[in-house]
Amino acid sequence: MAKIIYITHENEKHIIEVQNGLTVMEGAVQNNIPGIDADCGGGMACATCHVYVKEDWFNKLPKKENGEDDMLDMAFEPKKNSRLSCQIIVSDEIDGLEVNIPSKQA
Amino acid sequence: MNKTDALIIGAGPTGLFTAHQLKLIGLDCEVVDNLDKIGGQCIELYPDKPIYDIPAVPECTGEQLTNNLINQLKPFDIKFHLGERVEEVKKEDTNWSVKTSSGNIFLTPNVIIAGGVGSFEPRKFAPKECEQYENKSLFYSVKDKNIFKGKTVSIFGGGDSALDWAIELSKDCKINLIHRRDEFRGAPATVDKMQELVKSGKINLFTKYQMANAHGDQKLESIDIKHDNNEIKNLKSDYVLGFFGLIMQLGPIANWGLNLNKKTIEVDTEKFETNQKGIYAVGDICSYPGKLKLILSGFHEGALAARACFKLARPNEKYRFEFTTTSSNLLKRLGKKE
Repeated sequence: MAKIIYITHENEKHIIEVQNGLTVMEGAVQNNIPGIDADCGGGMACATCHVYVKEDWFNKLPKKENGEDDMLDMAFEPKKNSRLSCQIIVSDEIDGLEVNIPSKQA
Repeated sequence: MNKTDALIIGAGPTGLFTAHQLKLIGLDCEVVDNLDKIGGQCIELYPDKPIYDIPAVPECTGEQLTNNLINQLKPFDIKFHLGERVEEVKKEDTNWSVKTSSGNIFLTPNVIIAGGVGSFEPRKFAPKECEQYENKSLFYSVKDKNIFKGKTVSIFGGGDSALDWAIELSKDCKINLIHRRDEFRGAPATVDKMQELVKSGKINLFTKYQMANAHGDQKLESIDIKHDNNEIKNLKSDYVLGFFGLIMQLGPIANWGLNLNKKTIEVDTEKFETNQKGIYAVGDICSYPGKLKLILSGFHEGALAARACFKLARPNEKYRFEFTTTSSNLLKRLGKKE
């Protein structure tokens, strides 16, 4: 279990206990956090689970795999700290991770 | 007015196999898709990516899977209506009347929605100012390249579409190519060609920049682009092209009075029927307890929905289950002599 902090564009904070092994995207979808669509279901094929990872966390996360940056090219307003939340796997090491949800996904 | 036993919305793998199942049991069908080609997500999102979980197919790409499904439909005569989006559905007696964006009207007792997660539409620029120039000086696809002759065109994107158009239009336009990072995901040979044109001054390349604003009265005059470090540059531009791929939108289906669950349509697991009699949903767009978004699940759902269609299309006949290995009826429909 790890606490994941989802901050919506309206600045609402949702603190969710997510099981290890799920992705940050699944944690949001299963708990009805608004703003993460995940159209393709976690296949790194749609860029609609885009989040901004708080700077100090960004470098602590495992590096992006091939293809994630290609997909992020298509995200709505990508930034340097952009990630696809379907590619961040929850573990004890990321307990307390904060992600900001963009104003929209497309 | 097109009369048919069943109308399939979506020409992805699920829609294609559903068409196969309908034709096999002796029903007519027609297929509508918003894309200009057959294949749905397989062709649009991952034509070259291998898929490993199609039963009895150890490995195939999205394009190969699509071609195999099209081959499987060869014995049948099925009309495809591509580049058309379904707009309205209305009840007319025992039929549904379905109207498309091109004004085609279908009259059918059965509508099968195999729409993936909706129809594909271009992803757009973030700044609101861009909207007013859309389809005048700002485009997400190229219909007539001649309008750009001698003009300054700013092209955004890092994939093959952006690169191909930058290379092509650099022959007789002034080109700015803008991308959010240094790496391009286009084919290596295309990236090399573009870099050559940058060296020879035919293309002005701006990386780590994104669209920030658009200026002009009626006509677009210039755009602002913003660097990762927040520096803003103003580029004179007559035209802007954005290539950020496609996004799925549920579109008009959302207004059809169907029970929705987020972007999916709720169905039963016997007929894959929605809350509206004669409207079914199969593949990624349907939801029910235990739903898996796998292509193989779509095949199963389509096979059952097709049988459900029989009842409404042939109310006075009885559907009889048959195997393709043994039924002379089915073999005849498949064009095999036996």
